[in-house]
Amino acid sequence: MSQQDPVERASEDEEPLHFEQASWQTSEETYEPLLSEKGTSEVTVESPLPDDLTRDSVELPEVEEPELARHYTRLSEMNYGVESGPFPLGSCTMKYNPKFTEDLAARPDASVHPDRSEQASQGTLQVLHELQGYLADIGGMDAVTLQPPAGAAGEFTGILIAKAYHEANGDDRSEVIVPESAHGTNFASAAMAGYDVVSLPSDENGRVDTEALDAALSEETAALMLTNPNTLGLFERDIEEIADMVHDVGGLLYYDGANLNALLGRARPGDMGFDVMHYNVHKTFATPHGGGGPGAGPVGVVEELREFLPDPHIREEGDTYERYTPERTIGKVHGYDGNWLVLLKAHAYITRLGDSGLTDASAKAVLNANYLAEQIDYEIPFGPFHHEFVASAGEQDAADAAKRMLDFGVHPPTTKWPEIVPEALMTEPTEIESKRTLDQLAAAFDAAKSSSGETLADAPNRTAVGRIDQTEAARNPRLSWQALDE
Amino acid sequence: MSFEIRDDCRYRESHEWAHPNGVVRVGITDFAQDELGDVVFVELPREGDTLSQGEEFGVIESIKAVSDLYAPVSGEVAAVNERLFDEPELVNESPFEDGWMLEIEPDDPDLDTLLSAGEYRDQTE
Repeated sequence: MSQQDPVERASEDEEPLHFEQASWQTSEETYEPLLSEKGTSEVTVESPLPDDLTRDSVELPEVEEPELARHYTRLSEMNYGVESGPFPLGSCTMKYNPKFTEDLAARPDASVHPDRSEQASQGTLQVLHELQGYLADIGGMDAVTLQPPAGAAGEFTGILIAKAYHEANGDDRSEVIVPESAHGTNFASAAMAGYDVVSLPSDENGRVDTEALDAALSEETAALMLTNPNTLGLFERDIEEIADMVHDVGGLLYYDGANLNALLGRARPGDMGFDVMHYNVHKTFATPHGGGGPGAGPVGVVEELREFLPDPHIREEGDTYERYTPERTIGKVHGYDGNWLVLLKAHAYITRLGDSGLTDASAKAVLNANYLAEQIDYEIPFGPFHHEFVASAGEQDAADAAKRMLDFGVHPPTTKWPEIVPEALMTEPTEIESKRTLDQLAAAFDAAKSSSGETLADAPNRTAVGRIDQTEAARNPRLSWQALDE
Repeated sequence: MSFEIRDDCRYRESHEWAHPNGVVRVGITDFAQDELGDVVFVELPREGDTLSQGEEFGVIESIKAVSDLYAPVSGEVAAVNERLFDEPELVNESPFEDGWMLEIEPDDPDLDTLLSAGEYRDQTE
């Protein structure tokens, strides 16, 4: 290991890996058991392995406890998260999660072993059953499964349900239609379910082109996957006509719940004619993002699809709750009852906010996006929009503009997507941010807009880590700390 | 910006070039490498594989995008530029020379179904 001069180290804006700070010692040198632990007699353990396969000591990196604690504290200070400041990633939707949901999930009595009997799990099953009902009400669906462990898994489950429905009708269909502006997971879910994906162009206003849809629909159409409002934040005004068109050819209409937070308490996918949908509980309610750990992506269906739901589903029989296997289930998509603690947080959030609170949340999500959009100088080609908007960085490279925004203490928006808007800055502040924070965000947008090309190309300069060399990282990845010495 | 387009090559609309010289040498155009940005990975078929015109023969990945590569002619893969596995940057630096991808023993040496240099130039302008 190279030992760096501590003065030099302090002048660098980077934190060494803790292996680099370590001294390398054998376990014998660092661990001497207390005399009392040794007992009265020495015990010799004969290894059954031959000598050339054993070793006397294991070299492990040793760091003093305070150094280790400070190392991780420094790393956490270099990090940026939803508890550091605004995180306006459009479509990905990152937002602060209220702590009361965490407190509830951290209670010892919330940690129920999934193998406990139904009789001893009535509380858990009641919460899950209630959540099934709340989500069905919110989405205008007839039945909900809580099994899928993330939004994308929910999409996949939903498409499998649609496929099972068609197959049960002896209807062998081969295509799923997805708008070109849809989330990439839509294409992947349809393809994984074995469908050919038909990409649908947008019209000049950024909405579904009904003429193109008419041309794409056929007896082969298993489903059309839509999100409403769409990824440009635009409400699909022709949704009822679209639903009729899809249903007329015997297809199902799938709702990607990614943008449900714009409609909470105001409009329901079921009322628009959607047959199957998933809910992103981290976007619409407040739970951790599935990408970083356990998530949840419940799926709602209309009555005709109920019997295909994953196994098990939860129902109320008399005054008890029980798991049962739906008659023509697509089978298991997750172990036990799904990610119970995540679902518990969603339940807590829904019950704490209530009808009026959820309706208020969607109002604020839309108001915040529109307020922020009014404050920034970048052009926004499409509107009027709901909970998110897509600005264009114009002549600037959107990635450079985003890097520059880091210098002003905020996380930048999603960049370069959707491609309908050149050099896209896809922005979703969410309902969680205050006017003061939105003003801070707007200032960062405008600072990036007024930055010179030279400044942009060099940004960020005020962060713990500067511009990453993406090309070098991809061409010559160093995936082990040992490679740092090379 | 103007991109190099060689008159002795034929082209596909999907930006592959084909250079006839006994076997047909194949790569992607200067325009395509510029659109892709820094190339970080190239996946190619094996020698002896057979390809049909328009078939996907590999994948190219840049820091911006992942794209399929399409065979401009039908035939058997006679050689693969293995240097690209370690030096994908050759596609950026020298798309018509060191950054070549395949040599195909063509079923039909006639490349008339492909775009001429002039037609390809019109497409990129």
